[in-house]
Amino acid sequence: MKTILAVAGVVIKELYRRKDFYVLFIVTMLICLIMASVRIFNDDKIVRYLKEMCLLLVWISSLVIAITTTARQIPAERENRTLLPLLAKPVTRTQLLLGKFLGCWLACGIALVCFYLFFGALAASREHHWPLLNYFQAASLHWFMLGIVIAMALLGSLVFAAPSSNSTICFVVVGGILLLGRHLDSVALTLPEPVRSAFLIVYYSIPHLEFFDVRDLIIHDWPLIHWGYYGLALIYGIGYMVVFLTGASLVFRRQSVN
Amino acid sequence: MSGPRIQIWFLILLLVVCFALACPLQSCFVAWPGSRANGDVFAITLGESRKLFANEFFVKADSYYHSGFYPTIFDDNRAFKTAHMAEDTGAVNSQNHGEEESFMGPPRNWIDAFGRHFMPDRHTHLDEGGADGDLSGSEGVREILPWLKLSSDLDPQNVQNYIVTAYWLRQRMHQPKTAQEVLLEGLHENPGSCDILFELGRLYAESDHDTNRAVNVWMAGLHNWRRIKGTEDEVAANNFIYEKLATQMGSEQADVGNWQAAIEWFEKAKSVSKSPEALQQMIDILRQKHSIKPKS
Repeated sequence: MKTILAVAGVVIKELYRRKDFYVLFIVTMLICLIMASVRIFNDDKIVRYLKEMCLLLVWISSLVIAITTTARQIPAERENRTLLPLLAKPVTRTQLLLGKFLGCWLACGIALVCFYLFFGALAASREHHWPLLNYFQAASLHWFMLGIVIAMALLGSLVFAAPSSNSTICFVVVGGILLLGRHLDSVALTLPEPVRSAFLIVYYSIPHLEFFDVRDLIIHDWPLIHWGYYGLALIYGIGYMVVFLTGASLVFRRQSVN
Repeated sequence: MSGPRIQIWFLILLLVVCFALACPLQSCFVAWPGSRANGDVFAITLGESRKLFANEFFVKADSYYHSGFYPTIFDDNRAFKTAHMAEDTGAVNSQNHGEEESFMGPPRNWIDAFGRHFMPDRHTHLDEGGADGDLSGSEGVREILPWLKLSSDLDPQNVQNYIVTAYWLRQRMHQPKTAQEVLLEGLHENPGSCDILFELGRLYAESDHDTNRAVNVWMAGLHNWRRIKGTEDEVAANNFIYEKLATQMGSEQADVGNWQAAIEWFEKAKSVSKSPEALQQMIDILRQKHSIKPKS
């Protein structure tokens, strides 16, 4: 575990030394503050459009940070020729992968804390109340969703040739799941065989990231999600992380280091 | 004369020619109907496609009216054909059928059933408290206004934007002056629009209690009304606004005791109404009450 945490620590340091997070955070803040300065029909209590815009930017920024940070981890080690010395030390390939995953996930968690604190402050400035438990549920579900995406991108970084192609494919897949994942089975029913079966296989095998997208509940002040279902969603997320990390470990074991 | 000096003189000559040409061209360009230099950012960047976005934002406003409980293109949206926020103003012809609560249908599988715990799950309206169900909080309807404003900026010819915005500003936000400004802006963009004149009349009658002004505005609306040829929905919407205008005029005439004129207006409303029975009932009551014989 110590080894995994050491590798993870290096990844976290890398995130706060790079400018990606700062740029995205400042851009998000600027856009939101400019939008907040607009007064519509002289009513300063209108807030939901602002919450929606802020959450959308938080989601886009977090996905950009998660995918681009993860996609370059293993290829960068290969390119800098640091992978071989790293594995020569008492570090197994699985430990290295787990360390990279944990580092990226924790780094995204830290970024999310900053983003959600800003979101909470922005919403509270107009709503004058702070539904902390609702925000906790939304942020933690968001973080677990990023965990699945990071595990997927880590597997992709071992399968695809370049970080750019891996990032692009990850963005397309994640965007596709978030937009269409919930409706793939309805689409399948309108199609002839064997396309229908292919769609249904995809529907049942993809990670349904839309479970973790509870922005509508936060924007429109819906009550808390039942804690039982919330817990099940987290277990569902952990399940997919394990699947992708196991896949990545199996692929990495068979690959040559150079 | 040396080379560089010729070049400088030539450059000065070109500048003078440019300036001389710019003076007449500028006025021609401003007057040209195809000019995009009218200061409208949306028109310059999006062109005619902005109307598509405007409709999206109008639908977005209706989605906010339901606190996010809204059908997607994959769901059964028969109960949402006409935006409920517009339907509830009473100034728009409704085309909605079917169940509002169950547009998603029964859960198709365990993934669908589980996913429904993470999204808005019941039909509510913001003016009735929204997701909280707090009936005292009907001012929450303010949240639809940014999207309506954006929609009307993108498509100033969509009169529904102005009617819906003005209605909610007046009814729930208690801002009749702002509502009037919105309607006058709509009238400026759509001169003589019967729908906007109807809503403006309601504003004068109900908020300003200025019945004479309201009647004048409704009369102007009736004067501008024309029968149209088009799809069934377009004709129905056009007839609906005439019916509303004529019914309002009838009610006003009945209030001041002009029974005969009131009956005439109700008759006119009945001639275009989809459900003339209710109007006929009103006419019959008036005739019985005041012993007015039908005109032969």
